Formats: sequence, C-alpha cells, structure tokens
Amino acid sequence: MITRSALMRLAQVLAPFVLLAVLWQIASFNFPKYLFPSLVDVFTHIVAIFSSWTLFSEVLATVGRITAGLIGAFVGGAMIAALMFRYRAVDRFLTPILNFFQGIPALSWVVFAIIWFHGTEARIFFIMTVTSLPAFTFQVLDALRGMSKDLVEMVMSLRPTRVKMLRAMILPAILPDILTAWKVNLGNASRVVVVAELVGATGGIGYELLQQQQVFDMAGALAWTLQLVFFVLITQRVIAFIEQRAFRYRAVSERAL
Amino acid sequence: MTQQAEIHFDRVTKWFPAQNEGAEPFRAVDGLSLDITRGEMVALLGKTGCGKSTTFNLIAGLLEPSEGVVRVQGLDPFSNFNDLRGKIAVVFQNDRLLPWRTAIGNVELGLEMLNKTATERREVAQFWLSRLGLSGHERDFPHALSGGMRQRVSIARAFATDASILLCDEPFSSLDEITGQRLREEFASLVRENGKTAVFITHSINEALQIGQRVVVMTRPARIAYDVRLGGDAKSAQEEIRSRIQDVLAA
Repeated sequence: MITRSALMRLAQVLAPFVLLAVLWQIASFNFPKYLFPSLVDVFTHIVAIFSSWTLFSEVLATVGRITAGLIGAFVGGAMIAALMFRYRAVDRFLTPILNFFQGIPALSWVVFAIIWFHGTEARIFFIMTVTSLPAFTFQVLDALRGMSKDLVEMVMSLRPTRVKMLRAMILPAILPDILTAWKVNLGNASRVVVVAELVGATGGIGYELLQQQQVFDMAGALAWTLQLVFFVLITQRVIAFIEQRAFRYRAVSERAL
Repeated sequence: MTQQAEIHFDRVTKWFPAQNEGAEPFRAVDGLSLDITRGEMVALLGKTGCGKSTTFNLIAGLLEPSEGVVRVQGLDPFSNFNDLRGKIAVVFQNDRLLPWRTAIGNVELGLEMLNKTATERREVAQFWLSRLGLSGHERDFPHALSGGMRQRVSIARAFATDASILLCDEPFSSLDEITGQRLREEFASLVRENGKTAVFITHSINEALQIGQRVVVMTRPARIAYDVRLGGDAKSAQEEIRSRIQDVLAA
C-alpha cells in the first residue's frame, strides 16, 4: 500500500517537472512552433522513436557507445590508478600527464579522433574513453588512498592472498567511491557522446539532433534529447538501487544534517 | 634462541625515517632481545610511545626490523609472511571490524583466508560468537553493536582461526572499566583453556599483573628494563613486583 509520505515524496519529485511542462506549454501557445513546440508534438515524436526499430536503434547505438566508452575508461583508469597507488614513481610520472589531458576540451578530442581514426565507432570509443579516463583514474586512486589503514593492517595480519585481499578488503572499501564516479562520469559522458556524434558520426542521438537542427524541428530535437535524459535517469536509478542494496551496512542518523 | 622459543627477538632495532626535513630518524626499538616460550602469556608493559606497538607489528610481520633477527615458530614473520598464515591471530586496540560485514561475516574472515568451506566457516564462527555471548547478533552490522560487543566479535575472529599465537594490542583500553574487566577475565581463561601463546601489550600495570604469567617492562625506545615471572599468589610478592615496575617506569 502506498503511504501518504511516499505520495508526498513523489509529488515533491514531480512538482518541478510539472511546473516546467506547464510553462513550456504556455510558451507554445504564444511563440512559433519552431521555438516552443507543443508538448503534444514532442510526445508524438517520442512515441515515434519508441515505435520504430530504425529510430530506436539510433538510441541504442548511443547507449552502447556511452557504455563501451565508460567501461573502457573505467577499466583503463582503474588499472592506471592501481599502478599509481602501488608505485610512487608511476604516480609522479602520470599525474601531470593526466592533469594535462583533463585540460583538453572534449571538442578538441573529437577533432583529433576524426584526424587519427577512420571508423566512426573507433573515433567515438576513443573520444569517450579519453575524456572519462583521467576522472576515473583520479577517483579510483582517491578511493584506494582513502582506505582505512587500520582495516588494511587488520586484513593483512590474516595474511591474505592478493585475490582475497582484493575481494575481502579493497573492493568493498572502494565500491562507494566507484559508484559515485560512475554517476558523475555518466552525466559527463552523455554530454560528450552527443558532441562526438554530432561531428563525427552517421548515426546515434547526436547525429539525429543535427538532422532536427537542419530542418528547424524543435519538437524532434527535444524528443531525441529526452531519450538521452531517460537513459541517464534509468542508469542513475539502477546505481541508486545497487547502492541501497550494497550499502545497507551504513548507519543512518535519525537526526538529519 | 632457547629451543622452545615460539617468539624470538635477537638484538632487534627498528628505525623509522624522519617525517619532516631536518628531523632525525626515529628509533622505536633498540636492541631488543626476548624469548617467549610456547603456552606463555606475556604482558609487554610500557608507557605510551615506548615502542610496544612497533614490537607487536614486528612479531605480526607487518614491519621489518632494521637490525637484528625476529623469528616466530622459527620463521621470519616479515619475509616468510604467507608461511605463518593461520598461525598468528591479532586482537587490536580498537575492534577493526569490517563495516560492510555482519558480526558472523567478520568472524569468518580469518577462516576465508585459510580456505575453509562455507559450512565449516559458519559453524566455527557461530561457535565462537555464542562462546563470547553474542548469540542472536550474528546478522548485526558493526554499527548496531556496542563497543564491548564489537570487541568480543574481534576476539571471536582471533580465536576462530585457532592460531597458536595470539597478539593483543591493548584490546580493552577503549572499553569502560567493568566491561573491560569482564572481557579481560574471559579472554585470559580462553587463552589458558586453548593453550595459546599470548603476547598482551598494555600500559596498565594492573592489567599486566592480572593477565600475564610474565611481565616484561619496556623503556623508551623499546628495550627490556624488567622481566619477571609471576609465580605465586602471595599478595606481598605481587605488591613488591608492582612497586618495582612503578620504579622502572618512573625512572
């Protein structure tokens, strides 16, 4: 049974979106369609995307690119972070390089990728990986450095193998930071993928946005943008669910901060 | 090294590098020689900062001596680290329970390192939790347990591996007096019942006299200043030892 407080929480979440939708709809009555299309038009486009496999496969292509890029960046970043954590010299050598990489705008990477690579997928995978890798590296490195020395020593006193140390201590200790890193990088990656597809692809949400811009179809542009937003929201919910299950050991104070 | 020595220190010195520029390296242990025989319950007593915990970490193999030799059951605990798996159990000053594991999960930790089966782990962990009065709390996470209960879980974790050597670093110092006293008594009787060799680090004279069959008093940097076996129960003898220890510590 849905409780009154659950309904209140739902209302609090929905209220700003309802307000935004109402304001948009009012604007659509007073401005031309190419500036503020009716929400009905936007909804029709969304339904069309979901109903046509050809269109929906464009959404899946973008989702696949984000996922592949983030996995590549995470695996690479985690390995580099482990080396930096283990070897001081590697840390000293790589930190300035990673900082330098972080300063390069995503759009520059898009240009480099177009020059360096021929295939669309290779270009986008490279862009997605190289833009998320430094952040993942620093986040995993911080998580490793933040592990409790007391707990590490306690587990070490039991003389674990490397695999057991990883399973019993390291992974559970850094998991909260890893999930936070995924949440942050997911948002960034969804923005970068659109830029990459806009310039360097012949399919995907970014490419479709370019098509809508060329015909001044604001309803279509919004519908495609919302596909990406839906993906990010669904993924964030999945991560939140994992957090809820995995971190139930955390004590919760009755008095909020 | 005496033949039966379970733990052997021969002129062991431990230096730590200077933490700040211009500072001198720090010598925590200075030429320490000590033999502890099998089944002995030894209290290492000294003031705060006298190198007791460094000595403890040298026995546990978590630190390497700068000079001298450390042997545990004839092995170098630092370089033969894995060979001593399951032979040394440690109870730390604070409970050091993994917050993401339940009480029973924490007790099972050491058994996991020894590749015990899940059933065996569960049975042994359950036994030790109930032996320490924690039946009904197996599924509780550490944050839901009191300080005394958490320390009991950490004692259960140490006993569960059935290691022949127990190292204890002031495990009851953070507990209130009554809980500490009760746990101390339980701990001492468990050590005796199970025939363990125990090294108990403390800065409390009362605790050392209560728990140790032998008291080793250390001065700073860690070096033996007084080493006494507590033979009889005669109150006058105990008082004499206490007075001697107080003199050594005050010197």
